[in-house]
Amino acid sequence: MTDKHLSSQFDNELSGISTRVLEMGGLVESQVAQAVYALSTFSSEVATQVLKGEERVNQMEVEIDRDLSTIIARRQPTARDLRLLIAVSKTIANLERIGDEAARIARTVQRLLNSGVSSRMRLPVGDLTFECELATKQLRKVLDAFARLDTEAAVEVLRHDDQIDQEFDGLMRKLITYMMEDPRTISSSIDLVFVAKAIERVGDHAKNLAEQIIYIVKGTDVRHSSVDAVEDLVR
Amino acid sequence: METATSTITERAKISVRDLNFYYGGFQALKKINLDLPEKRVTAFIGPSGCGKSTLLRIFNRMFELYPEQRAEGQILLDGANLLDKRVDVSLIRAKIGMVFQKPTPFPMSIYDNIAFGVKLFETLPRIEMDERVEWALRKAALWNEVKDKLNQSGSGLSGGQQQRLCIARGIAIKPEVLLLDEPCSALDPISTGKIEELIHELKNDYTVLIVTHNMQQAARCSDYTAYMYLGDLIEFGPTNDVFTKPKRKDTEDYITGRFG
Repeated sequence: MTDKHLSSQFDNELSGISTRVLEMGGLVESQVAQAVYALSTFSSEVATQVLKGEERVNQMEVEIDRDLSTIIARRQPTARDLRLLIAVSKTIANLERIGDEAARIARTVQRLLNSGVSSRMRLPVGDLTFECELATKQLRKVLDAFARLDTEAAVEVLRHDDQIDQEFDGLMRKLITYMMEDPRTISSSIDLVFVAKAIERVGDHAKNLAEQIIYIVKGTDVRHSSVDAVEDLVR
Repeated sequence: METATSTITERAKISVRDLNFYYGGFQALKKINLDLPEKRVTAFIGPSGCGKSTLLRIFNRMFELYPEQRAEGQILLDGANLLDKRVDVSLIRAKIGMVFQKPTPFPMSIYDNIAFGVKLFETLPRIEMDERVEWALRKAALWNEVKDKLNQSGSGLSGGQQQRLCIARGIAIKPEVLLLDEPCSALDPISTGKIEELIHELKNDYTVLIVTHNMQQAARCSDYTAYMYLGDLIEFGPTNDVFTKPKRKDTEDYITGRFG
């Protein structure tokens, strides 16, 4: 198959925009990991770095969106070129939301530190780190799948989202136990509930990205479909 | 060749059955099968030499003007085979009008350009003929521009106006099908816009078949799209599907500009 357009400039524009999506994806993945690292180490410095990185994420979304409009206006893309650009538009919106979740976690860390919470309070931050690893793994996998337009890997991402949801439910139970045993931890435990929820949302966004990859390759909108149905479509 | 066809449930105005076409020893169309829905616009796209204009010219038996050209198979207009030698060709052309790539006004007045074709098929009193000319020019969105100069020569009009005059001439005989062979390729974007708007209007009354090199034009103004390549019909389906999710990779490569 010849995968090249008659216009090599158009090829450059499309591969350029895909590269920038991956770059943005790499950045938000590290934002999430850093934010949870800031929590597990109670580091105000790392949290501040995450909040700074957030500006860069927002800026990238705006830039890629601008490039998208330019390409659509100049090239009038059709079929899979059109699907790629539409999917990129949705993908970067999801990536930006992941960036927001990372910033939310970073702000929570700063608030906890300001209220005098420290490692001595033995909060279940280790469990949060585990949930975060699951989420960033999903994110990494889906970005790889985007780079290779690998629908099978995208389906795996959809399938594994359950794990994060289960981990989230487990964490809720654990935090409730903490709060019942020691009411002094209620305030900080509630903060951790929001962190856990933020990480769970990162997993949901990774799932959205996976759906967009299937849309690019297969041309079928699989949002709101069951994983089994999607699997049938892909295989 | 097996054609990728979406299920089309609309009533077919024209059905093409196992159509082969030859220029002397060269086979230009290979076993075409196609159902063209009534009162819809169908666009034919494909690279030069794919057979799209050839196909269009078979619908009104234009090819018979050249002795070395021949068609096999059937083209059914409402069920009756047009290619049957017993069918009078002028009756076919009364039902199937055609507009060409370059505007071809007759060397006569604007009024007579329209009236000429009508007189071949109908004998109308002067007043009815006046009405028919006005009706056709209004339909073709040309009336306001020419109503004060109906007696001037048609060749004095601009290219876009001439093309709309030809469309007016084509619809004046009240055909059922209108064939447009790259009607906008010699026109500027404004005139093209007017013709496309007109095509949109025309499908209320006619089945319109348009051959175009301009894929965006096919995307803009057709309900169905047929992609042809080297005499084969590769894909036929609703334009919305063909331009967002074509069934065939060949079609996708062509419409995304990957065709080499």
